[in-house]
Amino acid sequence: MTSVSSDSHMWNLVFLQLLLEENGGNVINLGACTPDELVMSECLRIRPDALVISTVNGHGHIDGLRLIRKIRGHSVLASMKVVIGGKLGVHGSRQAGSRAELVANGLDAVFEADADLGRFLDCLGLGTPAPQRVAPTEIRST
Amino acid sequence: MAPPTGPGRFTRFVRRASSEGKLVVQPRMGFGTVEQMRAGLDAVRTVDAATVGTITVDSYTRVNDHASALLALEKGADLNGFPLVAHGAAVTRELLAGIAGDDFPVQVRHGSALPGALFEGLVAAGIDATEGGPVSYCLPYSRVPLAQAVDAWAECCEMLAGISEPVHLESFGGCMLGQLCPPSLLISLSILEGLFFREHGLRDISVSYAQQTNQQQDIEAIHALRGLAKEWLGDTDWHAVLYTYMGVYPRTRQGAYGLLEESARLAARSGTERLIVKTAVEASRIPSITENVDALERAARAAEREAVAEPAGIPDSGIYEEAQAIITHTLTLGSDVGKALVRAFALGHLDIPFCLHQDNANRCRARIDDRGRLTWADPAGVPIPRARDLARNRQRLTARGLIDMLSYNERRYDHPSRTSHPR
Ligand code: B12
Repeated sequence: MTSVSSDSHMWNLVFLQLLLEENGGNVINLGACTPDELVMSECLRIRPDALVISTVNGHGHIDGLRLIRKIRGHSVLASMKVVIGGKLGVHGSRQAGSRAELVANGLDAVFEADADLGRFLDCLGLGTPAPQRVAPTEIRST
Repeated sequence: MAPPTGPGRFTRFVRRASSEGKLVVQPRMGFGTVEQMRAGLDAVRTVDAATVGTITVDSYTRVNDHASALLALEKGADLNGFPLVAHGAAVTRELLAGIAGDDFPVQVRHGSALPGALFEGLVAAGIDATEGGPVSYCLPYSRVPLAQAVDAWAECCEMLAGISEPVHLESFGGCMLGQLCPPSLLISLSILEGLFFREHGLRDISVSYAQQTNQQQDIEAIHALRGLAKEWLGDTDWHAVLYTYMGVYPRTRQGAYGLLEESARLAARSGTERLIVKTAVEASRIPSITENVDALERAARAAEREAVAEPAGIPDSGIYEEAQAIITHTLTLGSDVGKALVRAFALGHLDIPFCLHQDNANRCRARIDDRGRLTWADPAGVPIPRARDLARNRQRLTARGLIDMLSYNERRYDHPSRTSHPR
């Protein structure tokens, strides 16, 4: 799991790590402000089942695009599962254009900030009977 | 080093407003293009309140990736702030011409662990107020080693101190990760950064505190901050600044304004000179100019309605005592403030809960208690009185438990009927 190069937000990373671990995932958290080169070299070293990119500072539409192009351009990493999520632009959750562009450039899935986290776990093949799965609606109403 | 010349333009403005009984209100506003930025500053200037202007820089500028900022400008891509270095000093100076002045000081807000290029740019553009600090703009904002940030900030402070007109520098130590950091730790960091600024020749400074989860506790915290500033920074021209809640924000307009107005009342009641506001769309996206203006007016009106600071009835749960213990202990760890800060973090004696930076121990934990107060779940290595007893509050944290704590204010203000905690 990683952020992108310009984004220093961490709570999203702390939360997603706990969520993935509770659902049987094994997480290596690269932290915030991760340069593309670091993400690439760590992926080559670790060879993870999936790379989860989480970013909320509004530059995800730029940084995420640049990163996925580098990853897909690399012979070894071209086939790795890569998903991104968070607040990707600066205009709120409806940004169909950048989402389509991210998918067209090789992201396997793009999740908005209010996306169903169950769908995210399914996408990674985690937590199928999930007693403590946290759905966003549930989070908001308790 | 410049001789002491009395307060600079920014502080003179704040003092004037304060003597007229007015709270200075300030946005966190930044746009990518010069046109938007100028329109934004112009709108803030004409708000019916004592306002200070803000240029918030974008995230590329913060991490010194000016090439990406330039590329985004060329492509017309959206940025989350004003790329001051990419635009350059000349363009920025022109942006401020006819806007910034004695009646409308403008501050640059950034989040840069290595602010050299930015500080050179803002000084060349004629800007005389900014903020941050070697800890508060390193650990939450970068991967830069703390020792390197301390050196860079020392150099930058000395550069600012060498300018003939006093430059204002605000410590961002009262925010850290925006939430779940105990008040005494926030206050200690802000005072320690103030001492760092002073050690490097600055005299025109402000210390900060961010609104947390309980009004009574916040009143105590600000009172402690002011007391400590008098003791430790009494020979500087200091004032205090409050940040409207910096953590997960209410999503509804009503909830967002409820929390904003609460912070304005808190500022008025505690004698805080300046407030930096949040807008109605904080939870979701970068606010528009109108949304910023609206928030400033709301905050100013709420502060006006609140009676002037009442000295009586300040609670004492030991915040002052804890902060004093943290500050004095930290200062024993090095021959100057910078070295002491680096060593304190290396030892885990200063420790920011949940901060993933490699130079942070990340063992200390906070929690929100049943009265809505932000307290220690485990101080770990932080040297506060009764630390060992407090460590017993620690519980295993789940994703759900974390979200519950993070969204405490959001729940309280978006769904006031769903919580049993007192407002
Ligand atoms: C706390 C906070 C900060 C702290 C962060 C401390 C730290 N280092 O972590 C501080 C004060 C330092 C900070 C700084 C900045 N921030 Co900030 N911050 C927030 C705030 C208030 C809360 C974030 C939070 O804690 N969320 C809790 C976590 C658990 O939730 P989350 O991050 O939203 O993640 C959830 C979902 O998004 C989703 N999700 C996230 N990633 C992924 C990934 C996948 C795969 C999936 C499925 C889901 C998913 O799941 C999570 C749980 O629901 C938000 C606004 C808000 N929400 O109220 C602004 C906000 C995120 N910040 C913002 C910005 C712009 C910044 C700054 C650039 C300053 C600026 N210009 O205003 C700097 C960042 C500097 C940089 N280099 O990037 C903007 C982003 C705007 C946008 N996208 O349109 C926001 C929305 C505020 C605003 N309205 O302007 N910030």
